[in-house]
Amino acid sequence: MIHFDNVSKRYPGGHEGLSGTSFRIESGEMAFLTGHSGAGKSTLLKLIGLLERASRGQVWVNERNLNKLSNRDIPYHRREVGMIFQDHRLLHDRTVFDNIALPLVVAGIGHQEIRRKVRAALDKVGLLNKEKVYPMMLSGGEQQRVGIARAVVTRPPVILADEPTGNLDPELSREIMDLFMQFNQVGVTLLIATHDISLIETLGRRTLVLRQGKLVGDTPA
Amino acid sequence: MKARNGRGPGFNRRFNPRGWVIRHMQVALASLGRLWRVPLATFMTAAVIGIAIALPGAMNTLVNNVRTLSGAWDSSASLSLFLKPDVSEADGTALARLLGTWPEIGTIRVIGRAEALAEFRRLSGFGDALDMLGENPLPVVLLLQPSPSASGPDAAATLAERLGKLPEVDIAQLDLQWVRRLHAITRTAERGIWVLAGLLSMAVLLIVGNTIRLEINNRRPEIEITKLVGATNAFIRRPFLYDGLWYGLMGGLIAWVLIGISVLSLQGPVAELAGLYDSQFELSGLSWRASLTVLLGSGLLGLIGAWLAVGRHLAAIEPA
Repeated sequence: MIHFDNVSKRYPGGHEGLSGTSFRIESGEMAFLTGHSGAGKSTLLKLIGLLERASRGQVWVNERNLNKLSNRDIPYHRREVGMIFQDHRLLHDRTVFDNIALPLVVAGIGHQEIRRKVRAALDKVGLLNKEKVYPMMLSGGEQQRVGIARAVVTRPPVILADEPTGNLDPELSREIMDLFMQFNQVGVTLLIATHDISLIETLGRRTLVLRQGKLVGDTPA
Repeated sequence: MKARNGRGPGFNRRFNPRGWVIRHMQVALASLGRLWRVPLATFMTAAVIGIAIALPGAMNTLVNNVRTLSGAWDSSASLSLFLKPDVSEADGTALARLLGTWPEIGTIRVIGRAEALAEFRRLSGFGDALDMLGENPLPVVLLLQPSPSASGPDAAATLAERLGKLPEVDIAQLDLQWVRRLHAITRTAERGIWVLAGLLSMAVLLIVGNTIRLEINNRRPEIEITKLVGATNAFIRRPFLYDGLWYGLMGGLIAWVLIGISVLSLQGPVAELAGLYDSQFELSGLSWRASLTVLLGSGLLGLIGAWLAVGRHLAAIEPA
């Protein structure tokens, strides 16, 4: 599902975000990506979502070679990759409903279907009664769940999460992880970047370890 | 399912025309709603556009009026043919009948020697001097009016030249110098208006472009997030293009009103002036076609201005 073949990313100015990384995550897998800040976790996720392009090597996602996708293909690729961020990246002048509907609106889905799918996503993250509320009126954990609902509302085969529990206390973090496990149970491939080692250990999933842009550990489940 | 040229399976980009139309209408209305919610800012931008468009528009209306007026004068331009002294009145009348068959010539009047003398006596005050001459020195004169097709200054001049070459004709006189000058002035004014319109159109492009650029900056986070969830550039561009279109259309509407007010405010004095000249002339405002041109031209300028701004600034915004 996600396949890196000797991938390097060098930023303008010479900083190497990722160097010679190779790994493969199979369809339906749930894996963690860990390492110190600046180890290359975000770079790796950005390469998968085509927020950045690899300087060297090949990146494959959903059987597509991302190196060969043109810039015009990028939006269509992103529709198949749900992305979740530590800072949620919600639109604060729109309601929870409109935030979650955004990927569907962008994809040109009809009104009725949007309503149905957004409700389903809200139900999944347990915020069905908050659809008319603005994000600022929600707690951090609730905002993150809105971000998750937005990422899953199009039912993408792959979900990426960058420090999704970074600002949450252990109990809320655990709830978010349970949500991810539920998605994984229905066949979604997940790659979650986090430095919360203690949380990862309780879950017993595959863990990729990055250090200074290099893959230095791959602990199987 | 397997890759053409190794890219992997293609994306689903099926185009749904009905959905496309609905989305455009939604975006157009949303854009209008957004502008409506900040009425003062919207009005000021539209007013600047309106004034920029109204200036050449009003001037053009005035020049059109002058042209209508000078067109009326053209057709009243007449030619005087002074026949040679040895041409008799009967020959003059025969010539008039012949010339009456020319398509360039409208009406002809023969002024006989006696009639000319009487008129001269009456108007000049040289009656006594004329009596001393003993014989009538005045030639037969044909007063003719070119037909409408030949009444332009150039055509009338050509006609005068042709008539001057007739054996019976001594002098063919056409006094159109001042009409020519007026035409030249109108043409200069027209050219000037085009230059002005060009410059002010550029100003409109810059105004709209700058307004849209600020709007793009204000909505930068929204653009980034929308790109993150898979929006195409066309999707991102659309609301800004509609903003530009609405600004342009509102500006056009304001320009139309301003031109109307200008014409109305001039109507009274112009009617008074025309009355002094015994003229029925009436200042005309914008025709339906001209109104439509102002409105749509302004809308188009807004759209182009937005397009330029969007093209320059949107590409630079990528999520990170």
